[in-house]
Amino acid sequence: MSETDSETRDAGFDEWLDAAEEDRAYYLACPNDHGSLPPRRVCPDCGATELEDLELPDSGEIRTFTVTHVPTPAFEEDAPYATAVARFGPVRITGQVVGIDLEDVETGLEVEIEVTVSETTGERVLGFSPV
Amino acid sequence: MSDVRVAGVGLTPFGNAPERTSRDLFAEASITAFEDSGVPRDDVDALLYGNFMGELSEHQGHHGPLMAEAAGVRAPATRYESACASSGAAVRDAVMRIRNGEDDVILVGGAERMTNLGTAGATEALAIAADDLWEVRAGMTFPGAYALMAQAYFDEYGGEHEDLAHVAVKNHENALNNEKAQYQSAIEVSDVLEAPQVSSPLGLYDSCPISDGAAAVVLTSEAYAEEHGLEAPVSISGTGQGGDRMALHDREYLARSPAAREAGDEAYADAGVDPADVDFAEVHDCFTIAEVLAIESLDLFPIGEGVSAARDGRTTADGETPINLSGGLKAKGHPVGATGASQIAEVTKLLSGKHPNSEFVDGATTGVAHNAGGTVASATVHVLEVSE
Repeated sequence: MSETDSETRDAGFDEWLDAAEEDRAYYLACPNDHGSLPPRRVCPDCGATELEDLELPDSGEIRTFTVTHVPTPAFEEDAPYATAVARFGPVRITGQVVGIDLEDVETGLEVEIEVTVSETTGERVLGFSPV
Repeated sequence: MSDVRVAGVGLTPFGNAPERTSRDLFAEASITAFEDSGVPRDDVDALLYGNFMGELSEHQGHHGPLMAEAAGVRAPATRYESACASSGAAVRDAVMRIRNGEDDVILVGGAERMTNLGTAGATEALAIAADDLWEVRAGMTFPGAYALMAQAYFDEYGGEHEDLAHVAVKNHENALNNEKAQYQSAIEVSDVLEAPQVSSPLGLYDSCPISDGAAAVVLTSEAYAEEHGLEAPVSISGTGQGGDRMALHDREYLARSPAAREAGDEAYADAGVDPADVDFAEVHDCFTIAEVLAIESLDLFPIGEGVSAARDGRTTADGETPINLSGGLKAKGHPVGATGASQIAEVTKLLSGKHPNSEFVDGATTGVAHNAGGTVASATVHVLEVSE
């Protein structure tokens, strides 16, 4: 966890979490159909600068996962926890898998985005829960 | 274009020295490198210095002039930060500056002080090599990121934890005679498989240690080496660098390292060699899976075959392509900012017959050093050859 004052929002990222909490998670689409995550002004794939917010699909699929036993101090109370990379339409996202036993997390699992809270810091954490 | 000679190398022991400042570590490595090279400090045109987490571990920025002073060098100095590829990036720039005639003599190296942070503190410091917003805040650690890649590799290409265990066993075996190594002890496959889990499928023995240490290399132009009668039989003949998206989830592949492939291809072309010409390599095995990804990216093994290379004895000291004869990051240690330059030092010693494991590469002419940053969003590759 950085020592940045957590009262100060990170423009682009915190708005995305706000939207995700309201089930309106989105991605940035460029005219050439590349998808990416904010905050961003330029498409990393083609350099296009006309980016549009488009809604992400409701569900995604876990592509790889791990159960972390040795966390950073910001997640000391949360460990062990599962982290996964899941594909949602045109983007992949990293998040913590919640609402499921750790031994049941697997590649291919269908999940939806669920913003959760770190037991250690009380900060919002991007999470996935099984559909 | 000038040939770039390795005139001298110096390493501190890698390991656990929490009380030692990075300026002291680098001073020690530089003294050894100057003694080894026979180059006077006054002839140094520049210092290029790699360091990753100095602000966090020592409350110190602006390392360049500090380290020039520590090394007794009166020359302009710049710090390079590219996560775990910091000094690999510094070496690359040093090579290019000498080649283009800008400089004749460059001191290049790096240092890292880590153990004073403790395990949790060092885990936190290493994590900043990843995307803070989208990865670290989701609880991804550095071992966690490589674990995601390991799981993706198993799913896509096969292999199992026991294959990876052989990588760790091999690298510990290689470090037995390396007096600079953090772990000069043998381990068994069962030790790896039974070690505490860090981030599944990776355990404690799949992971490189947290280390303090420094490396320094004196590079000179061919003209300078000849004019001063230096004994510098090894050249850096190829350099390459590759880049990729910062966050693992934004990459095209979860179980490949295109940045390292890019760097390797560029370095091979630069040196005019093929992967088949490579006698041995020092690669960035921060975790056992990282060695697998590295040897595939360097085209030393086909994609999907890297995972079993150690288990099949193909990368062991007496194998067809010995990998990490120094002990690698796993057993030699990984003081982050020193690693890239330390690999150059190890390959140089192996090629010039001055390494405790030189016997395994007797007659070798071509070695490779592969240094990676983050989950390989940065990579540098260098080809070293014995000059005629």
